[in-house]
Amino acid sequence: MRPEKSATEETRAESAVALESLTRRFGDITAVDSISLEISYGEIFGLLGPNGAGKSTTIKILTTLLEKNSGSARVAGFDVAEEPSEVRNQIGYVPQALSADGGLTAWENLTLTAKLYDIPARERAPRINDTLGFIGLAEFADRLVKTFSGGMIRRLELAMAMLHRPRILFLDEPTIGLDPVAKRAMWEKLLELKKGYGMTILLTTHDMDEADLLCDRLAIMHKGRITASGTPAGLKASVGEGATLEDVFARYSKGVMTEGGSYRDVRQARRTLNRLG
Amino acid sequence: MFAKQEERSTASDKGSAVARFCKHTLAVAEVELIKLLRDPTELFTRAVQPVLWIVIFGQVFSRARGVPTGNISYLAFMTPGILAQSVLFSAIFYGIAVIWERDLGILHKMLVSPAYRAALVLGKALSSGLRGISQTIIIYLIALVMHIPVRLEFLAITEVLFAVVLGSAIFSTFSLIIACVVKTRERFMGIGQVMTMPLFFASNAIYPLELMPRWLRVIALGNPLTYLVDALRGLMITGGVTTSGYAVDFAVLAVVFLAMLATASRIYQTLAK
Repeated sequence: MRPEKSATEETRAESAVALESLTRRFGDITAVDSISLEISYGEIFGLLGPNGAGKSTTIKILTTLLEKNSGSARVAGFDVAEEPSEVRNQIGYVPQALSADGGLTAWENLTLTAKLYDIPARERAPRINDTLGFIGLAEFADRLVKTFSGGMIRRLELAMAMLHRPRILFLDEPTIGLDPVAKRAMWEKLLELKKGYGMTILLTTHDMDEADLLCDRLAIMHKGRITASGTPAGLKASVGEGATLEDVFARYSKGVMTEGGSYRDVRQARRTLNRLG
Repeated sequence: MFAKQEERSTASDKGSAVARFCKHTLAVAEVELIKLLRDPTELFTRAVQPVLWIVIFGQVFSRARGVPTGNISYLAFMTPGILAQSVLFSAIFYGIAVIWERDLGILHKMLVSPAYRAALVLGKALSSGLRGISQTIIIYLIALVMHIPVRLEFLAITEVLFAVVLGSAIFSTFSLIIACVVKTRERFMGIGQVMTMPLFFASNAIYPLELMPRWLRVIALGNPLTYLVDALRGLMITGGVTTSGYAVDFAVLAVVFLAMLATASRIYQTLAK
């Protein structure tokens, strides 16, 4: 797997992701409330915030799954509303729920992905092999995914998301429900993608260790707004000496630890956890 | 802009739009076929209902002799109707599977891909058609065992299979549209139950249109199932006749399917919400 550094990267002055006053409402609730944000190429950017803060909604808009109400969102230089198919070619996405098909083998899952992304037939097998090797699942290619552990499924999903060599990866809670070993394996792969291939990654997480370890920059969302953003070190310093990311999180999303988070979010997270066993 | 030029050249490497469309469609259908072959139990459980209808309902009703079925027996008359019914009953719940995929996140993966939305829908419709084919085989077997005079001609059987795939595609795509609107399994189950019986009874599946009161006949003539049954009756049964003519039957089915496909492709993306 070699998502080669695109030659156009330098010629394009734009950011990997650029949001301006992006807004999305569901009925009376403003899930994403006029957020503006820029993410540079080669950066790992973390969106933090309590359940229902609007993180997943933001990712769904950026991945063309959901329409915005107002504002603008550009991904890899393309407008998500105007040029959704261009955007889709440029991005990989791992949803919060486990999205690999359990009734298929790893190989079959990847073959389906390859076909939907128009990877030419002669390139399919070598690329799938490369990707499985990178992700450490080469010897499980022909096993049914429903026999995989949670960590293996997550890595397979990452493989599916990067098979077409996207410029930007969107990961919605990539390590939710994973045991510490599987979590660490996932982190290593993500750092490898960034360091080795200059991959741009936008992820959401509840895990402060994850945010601290992986992210170059973070934004904390609360009730649809970005309440703070910066580097992990900068954010900690802004709260006070010796502050941890937990402190930062508590400061910028205070009073919401018990509220927020729709029933559906919780149900979804539970289901994911159940499937991970 | 340089970047856009690069995009264009890679887009042409991927082949023509038609080739891509077909590839996406077949990829989706192929996956369903793999899963179906890996666990074919569903095909056998689906055989139970048509057996009951033909063996029990059919046998009893053929003694009533009150139903004008032209020059064929009641059992022969209803057999194509039961094939159409079993196609309808399995296809109409197809949306449940799609909602399941939505809950799992599989659907989201499909929808963030650059694949044609219509191809994703058509792939699902074809895989529903595959199930229809297995149901057809079962009904032919029942018919042979019961000595129902079926036309065992290559061309006729090919046309039957085509009609079944088309009918199956119509009702599964209709089901997909409903899934896009209701979005949850609970609501879908309610609606699915409410729809199947009216679609079945307001058709010529087990009695001819002439027997119906005028209002019901008008409804039945607006029901695509009626045209499926009509075509099947002529194509499956020795001595069976189509009332509307094959041209009308297939034209209606094709137009209805294209309308369903267009609608479903348009709203499929909203299922990701």
